[in-house]
Amino acid sequence: MNATVITLFLAIVLATLVITYYAAKKTQTTGDFYTAGGGLTGWQNGLAIAGDYLSAASFLGIAGAIALYGFDGFFYSIGFLIAYLVVMFLVAEPLRNLGKYTLADMINARFDAKKVRAIAALSTITIVIFYMIAQLVGAGALIQLLFDIDYWIAVLIVGVMMTIYVLFGGMTATSWVQIIKAVLLMIGTVIIAFMVLAKFNFNILGMFSEMKTVTSHGADYLNPGLKYKVPLDTISLMLALVLGTAGLPHILMRFFTVKNAKTARSSVVTATWVVGIFYVLTIFLGFGAAAFVGEELITAANPAGNMAAPLLAEALGGNLLMSFVSAVAFATILAVVAGLVLSGASAFAHDIYGQIIKKGKATDKQQMIAARYASLGVSVFSILCALFAQTMNVAFLVSLAFCVAASANLPVILYTIYWKRFNTTGAITGMLFGLLSAIILVSISPNVFSPTEGAAILVGEPIFPLTNPALISVPLGFIGGYLGTVFSKEADLKRFAEVQVKANTGYRE
Amino acid sequence: MNVGSDYKELSYQETKPDYQQVAESASFKDLITRRKRFIIPLTIFFLVFYFLLPVLTSYTTFLNTPAIGDISWAWLFAFAQFIMTWVFCIIYVKKSAQFDRQSDEIIEDQLGGERE
Repeated sequence: MNATVITLFLAIVLATLVITYYAAKKTQTTGDFYTAGGGLTGWQNGLAIAGDYLSAASFLGIAGAIALYGFDGFFYSIGFLIAYLVVMFLVAEPLRNLGKYTLADMINARFDAKKVRAIAALSTITIVIFYMIAQLVGAGALIQLLFDIDYWIAVLIVGVMMTIYVLFGGMTATSWVQIIKAVLLMIGTVIIAFMVLAKFNFNILGMFSEMKTVTSHGADYLNPGLKYKVPLDTISLMLALVLGTAGLPHILMRFFTVKNAKTARSSVVTATWVVGIFYVLTIFLGFGAAAFVGEELITAANPAGNMAAPLLAEALGGNLLMSFVSAVAFATILAVVAGLVLSGASAFAHDIYGQIIKKGKATDKQQMIAARYASLGVSVFSILCALFAQTMNVAFLVSLAFCVAASANLPVILYTIYWKRFNTTGAITGMLFGLLSAIILVSISPNVFSPTEGAAILVGEPIFPLTNPALISVPLGFIGGYLGTVFSKEADLKRFAEVQVKANTGYRE
Repeated sequence: MNVGSDYKELSYQETKPDYQQVAESASFKDLITRRKRFIIPLTIFFLVFYFLLPVLTSYTTFLNTPAIGDISWAWLFAFAQFIMTWVFCIIYVKKSAQFDRQSDEIIEDQLGGERE
């Protein structure tokens, strides 16, 4: 790539970070950002949620998936969006009302057991790593394309840069990166969508007609079934997408940056509108990339189509738009990764090291050091995995994180809020069943084993046929929680009464 | 109900509100019933509506017939999911305002007095 693009890219990334820095500084004077009475309005928080959500997967992954596979790519957009209804109807308000900050804290509102904490931390770390891999693959492909270097060098550079950012920069500005980035990403997407539409003479019907002829798939491009030929695999993916969001630690955390359930509610509404509009526009990104960049160039830049959006920006708006889009995508990844690494590291430092290894006696300094090592560990492991995942679409990789969240976390969250009889043993078995089945099934799935060399990490016949195991692992999470509860005698009805009253009325002691 | 009376004694000592009493009260039960009556049917509806799309596209092909010009029913179904999300979003906010009022009453009548 040429020097203009690189200079512009670096300038825009830098500008985003500077704006973020000042915005974050300004809010810190008006009130502590993370406390319950904090300064975020529902509208701002909604944008931050949208920002968290519109990660590399949404922007790079979905655009690529639609460009290459037409309707099947759009499945992601639908799943990610409907997931908000699950969050809004079942989880957001009760969680906010219980006033807890992490998944482990929430479960601890009902149970005190240390084991629950350990397993909740473990599932958080697993989700974080899957999510990280997706972000690193996206960032690696982006840097590879921009700077014209090998993929593995790009991943290493990005990975090391991000680790340094997290270790020395910290979390303070992350919410504002998300808000600003969400706005920039929406602007970029609207501009590109408008340009695509202009190319089709503002005729949406005409656009669909034309899409029947411009790709190698012909009329099939507009029909479902191009990518997902196994019905159960499609349904399994859709299950992971719709239930996963409600179990994602970094999304749930966002409901605590506002002062009450009402604000939490209004922030979900804002997020739903922003994210919904964005996902409608992914059609234009995908179609545009397929029509004006072409499959060959898209797959040449990245086999899984992750570079469709930046390439489309270049085709339509030249270097300036390309740099802008790439820079926003990069800032997105940086922000998401920072949040992810920190939630993984704090799960380790706070829950496993602080509460279990040191039995609550660790000093702040010891915990900080543990958190730093944990960040390093999470980053190194994710970088290593990302090196093998180049050929995977980032939206798909994220769907695996969603699957773990849906299998290990969601059943326990729902049981904790709604099931009277639920107990500690049930929480432990539920999370373990969901987590282990998801991990084991992924590791024997076609993602890891492929008969053709180079298509997956190992060569061989996959033992489990589905690429996304949610269809099996989510029910196992629910069954595990049920069996554990039924087969152990303990039940704490007064504790449930407390949780129920607090969750439903918003009362605080 | 043994557990309940045990807890009552305990709660006086800890000056904690008696949550079980609140949970048993008619007004709280009414709130829970109304909530359930609102949330459960809508949740079932949107999940069924959602899964209907991949099920129909995986096992049948009739959604591939054109509806408007070259836009097939599958795309229209997909767009309908977006519209459903927004509509449900609005309904939820409207309905929640009612629940808010009910919750406030419960807090005021039953929990307020026991706060410090």
